[in-house]
Amino acid sequence: MSEETSRLSVEELESKANTIRQHIIRMTTEAGSGHPSSSLSAVEVVTSLFFGGFMKYDPKQPDWPDRDRFILSKGHAVPVLYAAMAEAGFFSVDETMTLRKLGSPFEGHPNMKRLAGIEASTGSLGQGLSLGIGQALGVRLDQRPSHVYVMIGDGEMGEGQVWEALATAHKYQLSNLTAIIDQNGFQQTGSTSDVLDLTPFDSKIEPFGWHTQTINGNSMQEVVSALETARSVTDRPTMIVSKTQKGFGILPLLEEEGDTNYHGKPLSADLAEKALELLT
Amino acid sequence: MELGQATRDAFGDALRELGEQYPQVVVVDGDVGNSTRTEPFAKAFPDRAFNVGIAESNMVSVAGGLAAAGKTPVVASFACFLLCNSFDQIRMSVAFPGTNVKLVGSHAGISIGEDGPSQMGIEDVALACSLPGVSVIVPADAKSTALATKAMLDHQGPTYLRLGRPKTPVVYADGCDFAIGKAIQVRDGSDVTIIANGLMLAMAIEAAATLQEQGVSARVLDMHTVKPIDEEAVLKAARETKGIVVAEEHSANGGLGSVVAMTVAEKSPVPMAFVNTGDCYAESGDPAGLLEKYGLTSSAIVEAVGRVTGG
Repeated sequence: MSEETSRLSVEELESKANTIRQHIIRMTTEAGSGHPSSSLSAVEVVTSLFFGGFMKYDPKQPDWPDRDRFILSKGHAVPVLYAAMAEAGFFSVDETMTLRKLGSPFEGHPNMKRLAGIEASTGSLGQGLSLGIGQALGVRLDQRPSHVYVMIGDGEMGEGQVWEALATAHKYQLSNLTAIIDQNGFQQTGSTSDVLDLTPFDSKIEPFGWHTQTINGNSMQEVVSALETARSVTDRPTMIVSKTQKGFGILPLLEEEGDTNYHGKPLSADLAEKALELLT
Repeated sequence: MELGQATRDAFGDALRELGEQYPQVVVVDGDVGNSTRTEPFAKAFPDRAFNVGIAESNMVSVAGGLAAAGKTPVVASFACFLLCNSFDQIRMSVAFPGTNVKLVGSHAGISIGEDGPSQMGIEDVALACSLPGVSVIVPADAKSTALATKAMLDHQGPTYLRLGRPKTPVVYADGCDFAIGKAIQVRDGSDVTIIANGLMLAMAIEAAATLQEQGVSARVLDMHTVKPIDEEAVLKAARETKGIVVAEEHSANGGLGSVVAMTVAEKSPVPMAFVNTGDCYAESGDPAGLLEKYGLTSSAIVEAVGRVTGG
């Protein structure tokens, strides 16, 4: 199946990212709740993983044992994952518009029990990297070629379990594990530097035995290059500190609204319309 | 009664023996493998054992990830650290997604003795039972523990196996029929039923012998599976005997007593009494002295029977 996995150019990836941003806006506005701004910051990384030739997967066979795995530890950003998976053909875009509705498997946070292709149920922050380590150890035991990608929020780095996991991944030299910190600079009540400043991440994580890179995570070219570099590291786990902007793509609108964090709320129908115009 | 192996030892031996037959089984340890007795497995199958250090939260989620990759992880620590320290990880990485993780808590109850209350798991059964979809197993002796270990590996879905530190009286010298969710009637009786598990089962059997001398016929049920509770056996006891005493090495709230009481109260109310450690933390001391002081004895069970029969 892997040969059928998309491998778009940077330009094509940028166009795909735009489409994914539109889905995120529509989905959360239709739901009347959710975390669009937390989803928007992560779009370039998720788009590159799914469509830049980095992840092998088969939407017709979501449990294909040799697939690569993506774990969204910052589970509240799940609209970006639903949008990417819809674009990849796991389900239709229409289906994702049932986000957060009673009976829909497109829950407010990822639920692997209800939606095939979701690799981990998350939503209690701090656990995704450990889950990724378990998966990376499991596929390595079975000598599978699978690579495990985990996306963590920068606010989430306050969870002690993440640091336990950083040490563990080093112990087992998990070169089939790549983590990405979506450093969008905000968490629920304000800027991450005000709440609990753990930056700079790279100089803290590198001594844990990880290969680290710090990039502009809203630059598709930089994301693609970083993922390529990560793939070439064969003796350690790799961390990409992805500096992003929360709400990237519709920032002028959020500035107008006077709230560039815009945490955990959907755009109104009017604002969504403006956002979609901005993204076309 | 004759003392046999500790349940943790029986578990460790069984796991080691089953290792070849169950190639998908892996062990995740929080650096207490020589206490929980996963060590023999780890020595026999070093590639399938992961000691992630003193980091129980990470330990449980790593097990969840291994299960998602098709492994059957056995994740073992002291009952109190496993359930209390990693409760959210058990909730989110095991119970909620329904991953096939085998949680094993050793050093349960107050019978660990001298190390004291910080090491005593007395809340673990309640915590485990509160998690939807998790089966909770508390075996009474070495032979039933070996069978429980195999049953746990055969069972698809999250389980919690509770083990003790001290040597445990032999209840099943000739083995037993062990099935998750199926109580074992150790002794029949018509006046009263004693439902027990873990090390309280041996005391229940002793109590039944004492009661026999007093002219009271006591049925004894080994309720090794707290969840799913064997509703049929509980209701049969409620209908066929005049009352039920539940004995467990656990705090008063949320354990076997609570689960049996819910079953009885809804379907077939009968007088009940409860033998447990109460609503308190114990203290350091010798195990026998602690069991005596905190009311976990056969005579406490006999007294409780008196309360339900009015005798």
